[in-house]
Amino acid sequence: MGMDRREFLKLAGITTVAGLSGLTASTILRNGLSEATQFSLDPKALIGKRWAMVIDISKFKTDEDYTKVIDACHRIHNVPNVTDRAPNLEIKWIWKETYGHAFPGQYVNEQEHEYLEEGLKHKPFIIHCNHCDNPPCVRVCPTKATYKRPDGIVMQDMHRCIGCRFCMAGCPFGARSFNFYDPRPYIKEMNMEYPTRTKGVVEKCTFCFERLAVGLKPACAEASNGAMVFGDLKDPKSEVREILRTNYSIRRKPELGTLPSVFYIVGGKNA
Amino acid sequence: MLEKALVGGRRYWRWIFFLLFVIGVGFLGYLYQFRVGLGITGMSRDVSWGFYISQFTFLVGIAASGVMVVLPYYLHNYKAFGKITILGEFLAIASVIMCMLFIFIDMGQPMRVLNVMLHPTPNSVMFYDMIVMMGYLLLNILVGWTTLHAERKGIPPPKWVKPFIILSIAWAPSIHTVTAFLYAGLPGRHFWLSAIMAARFLASAFSSGPSLLIILALIVRKYTKFDPGKEAIQALGKIVTYFMITNVFFLGLEFFTAFYSTIPGHTHSFIYLYAGLDGYGKLVPLMWISTILAVVSLVMLVFPQIRKNEKLLATAAAFVFISLWIDKGFGLVVGGFVPNPFERITEYWPTIPETLITLGVWALGFLILTILYKVALSVKEETAGGQEYHH
Amino acid sequence: MYDSRKIITGLIIFFILVALPFIWNLGKAAPKPDPKIDTPVIQQMAEKKCIELKAVMKTGHMQMLDVWRDSVVRDGNRTFVATDGKHYNMSLQNTCMKCHSNKKKFCDECHNYAAVKPYCWDCHIEPKEGA
Repeated sequence: MGMDRREFLKLAGITTVAGLSGLTASTILRNGLSEATQFSLDPKALIGKRWAMVIDISKFKTDEDYTKVIDACHRIHNVPNVTDRAPNLEIKWIWKETYGHAFPGQYVNEQEHEYLEEGLKHKPFIIHCNHCDNPPCVRVCPTKATYKRPDGIVMQDMHRCIGCRFCMAGCPFGARSFNFYDPRPYIKEMNMEYPTRTKGVVEKCTFCFERLAVGLKPACAEASNGAMVFGDLKDPKSEVREILRTNYSIRRKPELGTLPSVFYIVGGKNA
Repeated sequence: MLEKALVGGRRYWRWIFFLLFVIGVGFLGYLYQFRVGLGITGMSRDVSWGFYISQFTFLVGIAASGVMVVLPYYLHNYKAFGKITILGEFLAIASVIMCMLFIFIDMGQPMRVLNVMLHPTPNSVMFYDMIVMMGYLLLNILVGWTTLHAERKGIPPPKWVKPFIILSIAWAPSIHTVTAFLYAGLPGRHFWLSAIMAARFLASAFSSGPSLLIILALIVRKYTKFDPGKEAIQALGKIVTYFMITNVFFLGLEFFTAFYSTIPGHTHSFIYLYAGLDGYGKLVPLMWISTILAVVSLVMLVFPQIRKNEKLLATAAAFVFISLWIDKGFGLVVGGFVPNPFERITEYWPTIPETLITLGVWALGFLILTILYKVALSVKEETAGGQEYHH
Repeated sequence: MYDSRKIITGLIIFFILVALPFIWNLGKAAPKPDPKIDTPVIQQMAEKKCIELKAVMKTGHMQMLDVWRDSVVRDGNRTFVATDGKHYNMSLQNTCMKCHSNKKKFCDECHNYAAVKPYCWDCHIEPKEGA
């Protein structure tokens, strides 16, 4: 044979590595050639190039106006209520925040808050993920579990999320929640048509991608009775473009360059 | 050579079993966390990274600091470090393993960790972090083991090791720079959004790492027949001194930018950490302990009469290590999340299970360090008096 | 041999440990899996067919679901065109489980036998049993 033990081991090692990597490579290649013609789009689906929302805050008058919008979302998406167990671990896709805290650049501290317009001082705003056009959360996700769809939605793939929470650190708007516990025990009424999440993944507003796919507007917009208008920013004839053309609007933390797609009309015609 | 770690005196085995006990407790704690979820820690929706990630951040610095002994010896022929490069390399191995473990236990879905490799994402800093850490671990194992093996046989190390050593010297600052980039590129976290983050990280790494090495060298001299050498320890002391001065200077620069500009986004986190904000001040005592220790240690290090006294040097090194552990392994990460993006405050403090798990990982790191050092020092004791080949 | 007492003891312990799984399950052969497809929805079907052939589903449902989940979540395509041309909504919860609403007597039969624990139902709500 003329080969000593060392050389034999080296040869065996290299052969194993080559064999395994060849097997892996061929498996990956084979799977990649899977059938692409078996899927189709629902004809009713809403198509857009950059989905956006315009929220006219003056149309939110009573407590109920806020809760019906929040409940519409949380109920159909099986968002758990962990607050009773641990308020710090709450999971929320859409919620209320006062003007000063939603737009912290506008007023610096409690003293400056005094000079704010009376109507705005205690006015809660509806907050959810901004589906930014330049999202930092997408930039930092190591697995593309959060990624930007061609229609502008910043989507969350719960199957792929490894729960590293880099996206939560990256989001300047605090829009993301993490499942610190198994959410199931904290869901009062389960919507059997939509999955829950499991512990260890991040979740957030998805602009109701599952409703858009069957031709429905997002649940919050539908429940808002016209206060929240959803539409395609890239379509010059859309309602959102019309409102933005004729009203002064603000976005959260624009100076950070994330290009949020959620606009707020403050001091609108109903104020 | 690993069999050398199976031979030892009573003190050695007592230490090993103590570490195994702490590891066991930590492991049980982790099983509990794996079953119930990360809610057992002190993290929250607002402070979404806590103890685990901050330990990782601190330990990447310790790992990178191996370069502080390797560079002077291999690039500039500083002979005094020749005997202790292996201590630096093995410390790097133990630290990197601890880092990777801390990341693993912090993940919400650790079983999916391979997704980072199955779906490579070049725009994510975390992707690069994984690559550089694995690379650094492999480099140190390769270089350390090969040179030690050669030393044992009494022959010079093979020529092909040299390029890997040079690579590891360039790689070391990169692992810590990439870690700093995890923080320094996030637009919403003003406490971290500073160009000097990577420089601060490196300065604190090169102070805390060599400090630990000084203490380890003194322990090694006391309990084994191997003497790292007075000159090597003094040189390490000088390195700690200059980098600690730099580190404190850099922190001062951050303070200046924040407080001279008075921009609230910049000042609020500092105020929270050092004075308390809106009635919340859990971290204030810790941060001041860190500051006082830093100042005291600097005074001790700057004066050569004090630094030359090895006992005082060890004390100063311990102060540096503790001070920087508080600063980087606690204040930095938590401070970035307070106040939250809504300028509200949720405080963070590690829970008991979280602490036990953390201690378990530290114990595992020290176990690896002990085993590796036992091997290295046994080899050195064996070959003492023989020809010393290095280059 | 040297240390014969230690070695023989070690060998005995080793063999016991290796044989433990077999000793434990002595006489307890697991019965062949018997997935039941007699759910109310299936019983009401005129033609009792799944979306693909039984043989295809048996060996390929995992692959299919994996492709489905990427298609629905990542590509936004929700409609599956089966080999026979029929259109189906790609949803474990709303398509598959509508017919196979008996997870314990259907899905779990083979999964338990093969000792696999797919984590699908951590999130995708399984229908209430007995419905």
